[in-house]
Amino acid sequence: MYVKASKEERWANDVFSYVKRWSERLKVGALDEKKRARGANSAFSAIVKKELADYLTSWRMIILIALILLTCFGSLYTAMTTIRDALDSSEEAKEIAKGAYLFLKLFTVSDGTLPSFLTFVSFLGPLLGIALGFDAINSERNRGTLSRLMAQPIPRDYVINGKFVAALLLNAVLFLSLGLLVMALGILVLGIPPTFEEFARMVCFLLLCLVYIAFWLNLGILFSVVFRQAATSALSSMAVWLFFNLFYSMIVEVFAKSFLQSDAITSVEQAVGRQELVLGLMRLSPSYLFNESTTALLSPDVRTLGIVTVEQTAGAVAAPLPFSQSLLLIWPQATALIAATLICFAVAYWLFMRQEIRASG
Amino acid sequence: MAAPAVIELDNLCKTYGDHRAVDHLSLSIQKGEIFGLLGPNGAGKTTTILMMLGLTEPTSGMVRVCGIDPVRNPIEVKRKVGYLPDDVGFYHHMTGLENLLYTAALNGIPRAEAEKRAWELLEKVDLTDAARKKAGTYSRGMRQRLGLADVLMKRPEVIILDEPTLGIDPEGVRELLRLIRDLSRHEGITVLLSSHQLHHVQKICDRVGLFVGGRLLAEGNIERLAQQLFLQDAYVIHVVASPLDASLRSKIEAIPGVNKVEQTEDGWDVYCQTDVSAAISQTIIESGSSLFHLSRRDFGLDEIYHRYFEGRDVREGQ
Repeated sequence: MYVKASKEERWANDVFSYVKRWSERLKVGALDEKKRARGANSAFSAIVKKELADYLTSWRMIILIALILLTCFGSLYTAMTTIRDALDSSEEAKEIAKGAYLFLKLFTVSDGTLPSFLTFVSFLGPLLGIALGFDAINSERNRGTLSRLMAQPIPRDYVINGKFVAALLLNAVLFLSLGLLVMALGILVLGIPPTFEEFARMVCFLLLCLVYIAFWLNLGILFSVVFRQAATSALSSMAVWLFFNLFYSMIVEVFAKSFLQSDAITSVEQAVGRQELVLGLMRLSPSYLFNESTTALLSPDVRTLGIVTVEQTAGAVAAPLPFSQSLLLIWPQATALIAATLICFAVAYWLFMRQEIRASG
Repeated sequence: MAAPAVIELDNLCKTYGDHRAVDHLSLSIQKGEIFGLLGPNGAGKTTTILMMLGLTEPTSGMVRVCGIDPVRNPIEVKRKVGYLPDDVGFYHHMTGLENLLYTAALNGIPRAEAEKRAWELLEKVDLTDAARKKAGTYSRGMRQRLGLADVLMKRPEVIILDEPTLGIDPEGVRELLRLIRDLSRHEGITVLLSSHQLHHVQKICDRVGLFVGGRLLAEGNIERLAQQLFLQDAYVIHVVASPLDASLRSKIEAIPGVNKVEQTEDGWDVYCQTDVSAAISQTIIESGSSLFHLSRRDFGLDEIYHRYFEGRDVREGQ
C-alpha cells in the first residue's frame, strides 16, 4: 500500500514537473520569439535608415530635389502672379473666385512662360522615381556588398523592401511638404484660405503623385534587379519613361487617325465603340492615367473622362462636381495606377528572391 | 571524434543545368578546427560555401551547420556563422567604423555595445587609425582586414572565408593568417577557408581537403593527403653520403618499398612507399660509406598540388 502510494506520488510529481518544465519552456520560447521579432524590426529599420541617409547625402538626389523645388516654385510664382492680376482687376472677381476653386488653380494655371505645377510634377516625378530606384540592387551587387549583406541574419526580402520603403518615405516627405508649402504660400500671397474640399483634393492629388512616382521607382528597382550594370538599367528605365510620356500617345494617335476616320463606320454605336477602344489604348500608359486622374481632381469642372454624346450632355447643369463625385470619376484610374505599381514591385521582388547571390557573377 | 561536427556535409550535390558544380561531397569539420578547402578556380568551392549559408539550395544531399539545416533555417545559421566573400565590398561613402556599426545594427546588437566591440575589433585587425576614413579609400589588404572585423562583429561560432588571401601582398597575407590562427586558437572559433594558394593554407590549416571538379579527392593533414594521393611515392628520403656509387644504388633500390632513386645536386632522393629510413641508413653503413645526412622530406602542399595535376592526365588516361 505504502509502496503504491509512493508510486502514485512519484507519478504525480513527474507529471507536475513535466507541466512545469513545459510551461517554462513555452514562456522562454515566447520571450525568445519576442526578442527575435524586435531584433528583426531593428534590422529592418536599420536598413531603411541607412538607405535614407544614403539618398539624402548623394549628389544625385540633392541635384534632383533642387531641380524640382526650383521648377515648382517657378511655376507657382507665375501661377500666383496670373491669379493675383486677375483678382486685382476688379472686386467682383474676388467674389467669383471664392466659388471657383481658385486655390486649385495654383497647380494648373500657367501664363505661358512656364508650364504649370502639374506639368512639372508629371514630368519630373518619374525622373525622381527612376533616379531613386535604378541602381538599388545592382550597385550593391557590383560593390560586393550584397553578399556581405546576405550573410547577415536578415530575411532576404528586407534588402529590397528596405530600399523601397526608404525611397517612398523620401518621396512622401518631399511631396507632402512641397504641397503644404504651396498651400501656405497660396494663403499668404492670395489672401484666400482654401476650403476643406480644396484641401482634400490637394491631399488626394499629392497621394496620387506619390503612387505615380512609386510606379517609376518600382520600375527602376525591377531593372536594377534584371540588369547587372547600373547604366543599362538607368537607360532602360529612361527609355520606358520617354516611350510612355512622348511616343506612346503619338503612336496611338497615328493609329486613331486611320481607325476613326475609316469609311467603314456606319453607325453611331460603332463610332463610339471605336473611340472607346482608342481611349482604352491610351489608358494603357501610366502617364495618361496619371494626367487624367489629376486633371479630374484639380479641375472640378471636368465632369467625365470618357466620351459623351450630345444627347447625354443635354440638360446637364454646368456646375463643378463635388469632391466625392470627382473621386468616383478617377477611381478606376487610381486603381490601375496602384495595380501597375504593385505588379512592378512584385516582379522585382520575385526575381530578386530567386536570384543567385554571388560575390562575383 | 566524440564532439559533434560543427559543419557536416553528406552527399551534397549541386547541378546547374548539365554542369555538376558539386558532386557527392561529404565532409565533417570539428569544433575549433581550421579547415582549408583547396582547389583551382571553378572547383565548386564558393558554391559549397553558399550552400552552407543557405544562399543556394543544394540539388540533393544534406548540410548541417551547428546542427541547423541552412535550407530550412538560413537565418539561424547566419546568426552563428560569419562569412567573408571572396571580393568583399564596403559602402564607399561610409567610414570603416560606420560599416561595422551597420553590420551590428543588422544583427540587432545595441548601439553602445556595438561601438565598443567595433573599436576592439578594429584594434585587433590594426585599423584603428583608419577607422574614421571612408572605406572607399582602403587598400585591398585593409579591406580584407576590415572584412574580418566585420565577420567577427556578431561573435560567430564559425567563420567561413572565401579566398581571404587573394590579391594581398605577402606581408598582408602573413598578418591576416596570423589573425585567423589567433582567432581559432584563443577563441575556439571554427574556421573554414577556401583558397587556391597552397602555401597560405598550408601554414595554418589543421586539415585540408583537396577539391577538384566538384569532388573532394582527398582530405586530412598534409601528410595524409600525400599518402592518399600518391600511393606510390608517399615518402621522399634525402640522403647525402660518400661515396655514393652504383653498387650502393642498386642495394638501396633492392630494399622493399623503394621505388626509385634519383640523383640530386648533393646526394640522392629515394622515393619509397613506406618510411624506410632505417633500412637505408643501415645499408649505407654496411656498405662502408660514411653517411652525412639523411632526412625525410615532407611534402608541401605545393608539391602535392603540382604532382597531382601533373599526374592527372596519366591517371585519366588509365
